[in-house]
Formats: sequence, structure tokens, C-alpha cells
Amino acid sequence: MSSNAVAPTESLDLPITGMTCAACANRVERALKDAPGVRSAGVNLATNRATIEFDKKSTNAQALIAAVKDAGYGTLAVPNGSSTEDYERDARLSEYRALLRKFRVAVALSLPVLFAAMSHGRIALLDAPWVPWAELVLTTPVIFYCGGQFYRSAWAAFRHRAADMNTLIALGTGAAYIYSVAATIAPGLFAGVTAQPGMGAMTGGRPMVPVYFEAASAIIALILLGRVLEARAKGQTGDAIRRLLGLQAKTARVVRDGVESDVPLEAVVAGDIVIVKPGEKIPVDGVIVEGSSAVDESMLTGESIPAAKKAGDTVFGATMNATGSFRFKATNVGKDSALQQIVRLVQDAQGTKAPIARLADVISGIFTPIVLCIAIATFVVWFVLGNPETRFTLAFVNAIAVLVIACPCALGLATPTAVMVGTGKGAESGVLIKGGEALETAHKLQVIVLDKTGTITRGKPELTDLIPENGISADELLRIVASAERGSEHPLASAIVRAAEAKGLTLTDATSFNAIAGHGIEATIEERAFLLGNERLMTARGIQIASSEAAAAALAESGKTPMFVALDGKFAGIVAAADTIKPESREAVATLQQMGIEVVMLTGDNRRTAEAVAREAGITRVLAEVLPADKAREIKRLQDEGRIVGMVGDGINDAPALAQADVGIAIGTGTDVAIDASDITLLRGDLRGVIAALDLSKATIRTVKQNLFWAFIYNALGIPLAAGVLFPFTGWLLSPIFASAAMSLSSVSVVTNSLRLRRFKPRVSATAVHV
Amino acid sequence: MDSTGIAVVAGGAALIALTLWYFFGPKKRTLAALTGPGIQTVKITVKGGYSPDVIEVKQGVPLRLDFYRDETNSCSEEVVFADFGISRSLPAFKTTSIELTPDKAGEFTFTCGMRMLRGKLIVEPA
Repeated sequence: MSSNAVAPTESLDLPITGMTCAACANRVERALKDAPGVRSAGVNLATNRATIEFDKKSTNAQALIAAVKDAGYGTLAVPNGSSTEDYERDARLSEYRALLRKFRVAVALSLPVLFAAMSHGRIALLDAPWVPWAELVLTTPVIFYCGGQFYRSAWAAFRHRAADMNTLIALGTGAAYIYSVAATIAPGLFAGVTAQPGMGAMTGGRPMVPVYFEAASAIIALILLGRVLEARAKGQTGDAIRRLLGLQAKTARVVRDGVESDVPLEAVVAGDIVIVKPGEKIPVDGVIVEGSSAVDESMLTGESIPAAKKAGDTVFGATMNATGSFRFKATNVGKDSALQQIVRLVQDAQGTKAPIARLADVISGIFTPIVLCIAIATFVVWFVLGNPETRFTLAFVNAIAVLVIACPCALGLATPTAVMVGTGKGAESGVLIKGGEALETAHKLQVIVLDKTGTITRGKPELTDLIPENGISADELLRIVASAERGSEHPLASAIVRAAEAKGLTLTDATSFNAIAGHGIEATIEERAFLLGNERLMTARGIQIASSEAAAAALAESGKTPMFVALDGKFAGIVAAADTIKPESREAVATLQQMGIEVVMLTGDNRRTAEAVAREAGITRVLAEVLPADKAREIKRLQDEGRIVGMVGDGINDAPALAQADVGIAIGTGTDVAIDASDITLLRGDLRGVIAALDLSKATIRTVKQNLFWAFIYNALGIPLAAGVLFPFTGWLLSPIFASAAMSLSSVSVVTNSLRLRRFKPRVSATAVHV
Repeated sequence: MDSTGIAVVAGGAALIALTLWYFFGPKKRTLAALTGPGIQTVKITVKGGYSPDVIEVKQGVPLRLDFYRDETNSCSEEVVFADFGISRSLPAFKTTSIELTPDKAGEFTFTCGMRMLRGKLIVEPA
């Protein structure tokens, strides 16, 4: 998948005012098409909307609105990319209100019909021949107004040779209604049909042709009730995303041509200089150019302690500036911002395949046509085997019951709603789960491999020891090593450079710098051949280090990383740095072990250092001295033992291992969302996030299983019951009204069950171990 | 069985066969149009289904699918390309573009959020 390959086209939907006729629409359309950068434009007079596709680089919404105004027409609002969510929320709300209104009308009109039909001759007044006519009058608006949407949608689907939920409702209620209308207007046509007690109207001693108005209208009322509840519940499943988007600032203070002005968020472009004052929200992503501050990034990372930011540091949109004020240059705006990427990721997660739902997916696709066939078969069987007196009635009523009890919705909602709530919940606590498959595998993990540097440890080592050899001074050794390391991005390098800077040493530039992956570096400094690296590198280059092997071993034993230095082919000393473990790592490892997961440490570091860190973290199995390229192979080896392996790493040099693992978990710090190679991204650099991810995975998959079980069982039992399979043994038949009530409740119960996941809280601590 | 019964059995069998053919029978394909330099686009209207719903595209050429959702029926509010890990909500009466590059040849199903409405993306080998 690639989204960058296509030219940046933006689509805009603009409400137009002042159009009265087709000529107006043409005029607006032409004005838009003539505007520079517009690729296509269409104006719909019926909806008063213009749909425009334009080249993002050469024009913008403002220019297009101006073009419409030039043509003599107005526009309503300024829609933009970020308002899609608002638009959807409004649409959802108005749909919900419309459903509620229709439901109320349906209830008001169906209650009297139901009452008349159920009186069974007990009320003399209701035995009169005008009663079916009254029912007809009351039911007709229920069908056409309240239930109209079902028929329209069913018809639209039918034309596509597709069938869905609406098809079943429309056929069930439509058949009941049309038959009843015919039986009311021309009862003579159905002379052979007699009423079945409880199913239709019956007059005292004088059989009348039964009608099923009450079934048609009550089914529609009940299904509307289900839709109302479902709409309300479904609105809540996306709450987490909406909350994230709600965090965005609405305006930004930008400096253009030396003038400060407040502009709407969507008008900020990359390259703008943005000013942020204390207590303000940072509007877009960017890099600080001037000033410093502490920024609360908890919305992005879940980390509650504000991060210190200075010139050159990256800031993110929607995070909260605390104390200082600063100027920054906007880099990622709109859809490219970190926040939007997170939102996109969470949304996409719902769409991915969860292997557990594969069967449900297959069944959903063929469900409705199969139910139609079962309904037809039900009619035929009852008609053929039934008593000639009642066969039509029973066949008809049972076929309708089959149509309205079948609920593909419950099957269809089972997985997406649970995944949506689960991933949304994860995003709230800084755990981004990429999709259904990761979610499903995560709770089955048997082995978790932890990268050492940056994952178990802080990843910011400090220089601890300097052991000069062969006549060089300690400061000189540090100066030369730091000069060489300035070009390196290795975490150990920055520790050395920091230490040299702290001592006020003047560094020089290295030439011909060359990093030897997994071994060290070589460079030329002040025309001297410089070599820095591990024992293997020295041995390979034939440098004698025997005199210091004991010292190096002692350093390594205490968890420090010794690096050997050679100048002009001669051993010059040892520099050592140590990386301390994060305070929460030990607790996280202990919790994982309690969960029955084997924790393995993987590192390129030497065995003794690795083992010292592992001891401190409580890990017994250590894979040390593994070159970056071999990390994936080590994961593969564990998998070959028949185990399901998760890998936690910082996402850059661990990428192949993350991809090889059954579940790759990248620890980001919010700065580098290295999403691609991983299945799960922890925005906070805290190993306890792994536990939260596993727990969340377990809870979500449990919910999916419950939902699928309920949806399968419901349909597997409900459909045969409605078809009257039990009738020969128990005399049980299901009234279509009860069938529709059961159908409505089944989908609501699935969504409600998914919503229970919102109560999920990551465990605080499973152990009392604190370091 | 009386004659009415026989007629009902025959009618039912015919209706079942018709139902199966109508919903599962072969559907016609629509070829993606090549627009611009190396981009193929397809406009898809969403109303109770996708039209067109069988789309033939070329492998390796970036593809833009413009979904116009011409209804408020909540069944179609989301479109999912599970094989590509894409899921987008489709606001009613708006065009939503989905961009992807079909790297692998084969048949890929796209569905609504509840896997009810279906369409097929056929990627022809380059």
C-alpha cells in the first residue's frame, strides 16, 4: 500500500446558497471548473452542494469559495478536512433523532392495532367488520413513513443484486402488509384461509379472513427501537477517536510577513512560523526555532510528566504547552500530523482482518440470500404438510417469522465494534494496536524478547570509566574518542560526546568516518588512524589488548560496556559507558513472568554486560552479542521451537526482528512513530505498556468471542425455531412480533457487550516489586 | 399432495433457484480508467451496494477509488479493504477518496463495516 504515489488531490464538498434553477447550478459549476487547480467540479441543485476535486498544491478552499462568490453565489460554511468528524457526528445525531421520531410514531400507531388484534373477541366492539379497515389506516403510515427507509434501502441493495438486513425486514413486513391489505379489500380472494388463534383477527363465531397489520407495524416499531439503541451505542464505540480529535486547537497564531495573526487550524501550512504562549495548545507538528518550554504530551504518550523542549526539538499538535513560550516552524499539518496518523491507524485497525472472524465474514456475505431460501422452504413445507384448513396461515406466518428473526447485523457487528472499542481504549493509554491480527496474536504470546538498549534500559548511557594506556592522558583519550564519535548516532557515542563537552574539551572534526555495524567505528582524526570498538574488532585488526583484558572483564561484569581504542594501530585505552535500567522494567518483567510468559533479552552488547543488566531486570535467558542483522534470525530460532514470539524494540535497528516476530511491539517516545514494522506501538517508553497491550488484547478477543458465539447461537437457534421445527414435538411456534423483538435485541446486545470494554483499565501493578 | 401443494413446491423450488442465481450469479466487471500520469481511477456510488461492484485494475499502478455515498442508510457508512488494511468512514452525500497501490495480483474483496455489502477488486497481473 502506498498513498504517496498519487498526486495530492483534495476533495471538497461545499454547500452553495442562492441557486434557484439548473442554469444557476451550471454557472457555479463552470466558475469552479475554470478556477485554477480544479480537476473536476460537480454541482447538485437538489442538495445545493458542489463537489470539487482540486490540486492541493495550486489552490485551496478559500480560493474556491472566492470563485463561487465571483459568480454571484454564496457558500455556507468553510468545510475542511478536520471537520469531517464534526460532520459525521452531526449526521449521526440527526439520524438518531429521525429514528427516534419514527420509532415514537410507530409505537403510537401500532399499539391500538396490536390491542385490536390481540383482543380475540373479548371486546365485542372490536369484532366489527370495520376493524381491519381501521387497522389498515393506522398501519399504512407506519409502513410508508416509519419503515420507508427499510424499503428504499432494500430496493437499492436488490438492484445491486445484493441483500442485507433491510431486505429481510422489507420482505417480512411488506408481505404481511400487502397480504393484509388485499385480504381487507377483497376478502373473497382468500376464502379458504381461516384464522389461527393469536395470529390475526377473529370474530365471535363468524370467521373472517385473518389480517396481519399488527405484525407488520409492531415489527417495524421494534426494529426501529433496535436501531435507536444501536445508533446510540455505536456512536459511543468511536468515542476514543473523537476525544483524540477534540484535543486539537481550533486556531494558530502564525507570523507571516512579520505580522502575527490568528488563523484557523486548517490554514496553517508547512513552513509557517507559529507562536505558542504558556498554557496554550500547540496547533500543529513542528520544530522549535526559538524559546523553550515544558510540554505536556500525555495525550500522545500517556506520560504525565511534561517533556522539556528547546530549540531543535520536535513538538506535536494537540499537546499542551505548560510554562514557557516559543516559536516553532510547522512541519506536519492536517492529515500528516502525528495525531491524525494515530487516528487513521486506530480507524484502519477496525478494518483489518481478525482471523477469528473469518468464518463470520464468510457467513455474513451469504447470510441474507440463504435466509430468503430458508423462508421460502419454510412456506413450502408448512403448506404441503399442514392441515388444509390452516396451511396458508401457518406457512405464511412462519415464513415471515424466519425473515424477521434472522439477524446478520449481530454477526457483522461482533468483531468490528469490539476491535474499535479495544483499539480506541489502547490509543487513550498510549498503546496503538495496528489491527485485528495483532490483537488476536498478542494474548497468545509465549515468549517475549526484549531489546536491551532503550527498551529495558533508558537507552541514554553515561560515560563511566576512562582507562588510558600507552602514555596518553585521560582527557586526551576522551577528546579524541569524542571527536570521532561526533559523527555517530549510536547512543554510546552521545554519552561520550556529552562527557567531553561537560569537561570543556575542544573537539576536532574526524575525516573518513566509517561505522562498522555491530563492531565499532573507524575514522581519521588529526591524520591519525583511529579505531574504536569491541574485542572482536581489535582482534580482527590484530591489535594487542591482552594487558587490559582483565580490566575490561571487570567493567563488563558490572554491567558497563567497555570499548577499546586504538590509535595508528596501537592500543590506546578503554572507555566504558553504562546504561541504567528504567525503574519500571523490573516490575514489568516480573509481571510478564507471572503471566506465564518467558522473557528473553536480546542485545548486540557483550555477554557480561548483558548478563549484568539481565540480572538487574530479573531476566534469566539472554541472547547477547547478536549483530543487528542476526536479531531476526534469533527470533526465527525461537519460533522454530514452536513458540509464539513477541519482540519489543525501539523500532529502528530492530525493524527486521519486529517484522519477524509474531507480534512486533515498537517502543516509541511519541517522537518517532515507527509504525510500519511493528504491530503494536507503545507511545510511552515504558515496558508496562507491553502488559497493558497484552491485557487489552485478551479482553478484546474475549469480547469478540462472546459476541461471535452469541450471534452464531442466536441465528442457529432462532431461525429453526421461527421456522417451526419444534412444532411437531412441542407445539411451539414463534410469533413474528416476538421474532422481531429478539432480532432487535440481539444486535443491541452485541454492541453493548463491546462497550463494556470501555471500562478496561491497564493494571497498575501485579507485583509489589519496585526498584 | 393436492395440485395446489404441487404448485407451491414447484414455485418454491423455482424461487429458491432464482434467489440463488440472482444474488450469487456472475456479475459484470468494470475496468478502471487510466487518468493522469500512471494513475487509475474508479468512481463508485454507494447506495445499498457498490456500483460498480466488480472492478478490474492493473497491478502496480496507483489506484484512486472515489466513493460517493448517496444515502444515509447506516449499513454503508464504512468501507473496508481488509487485504490492504484500509478502513474509511464514508460521510453521506460526500465523495471520499481511497488511494492504494495494488502490488499483488489477485481478487480482493471490499466490504462495508459489517461485511454485508461487497465488492470485488480484481488486480490483473502487469
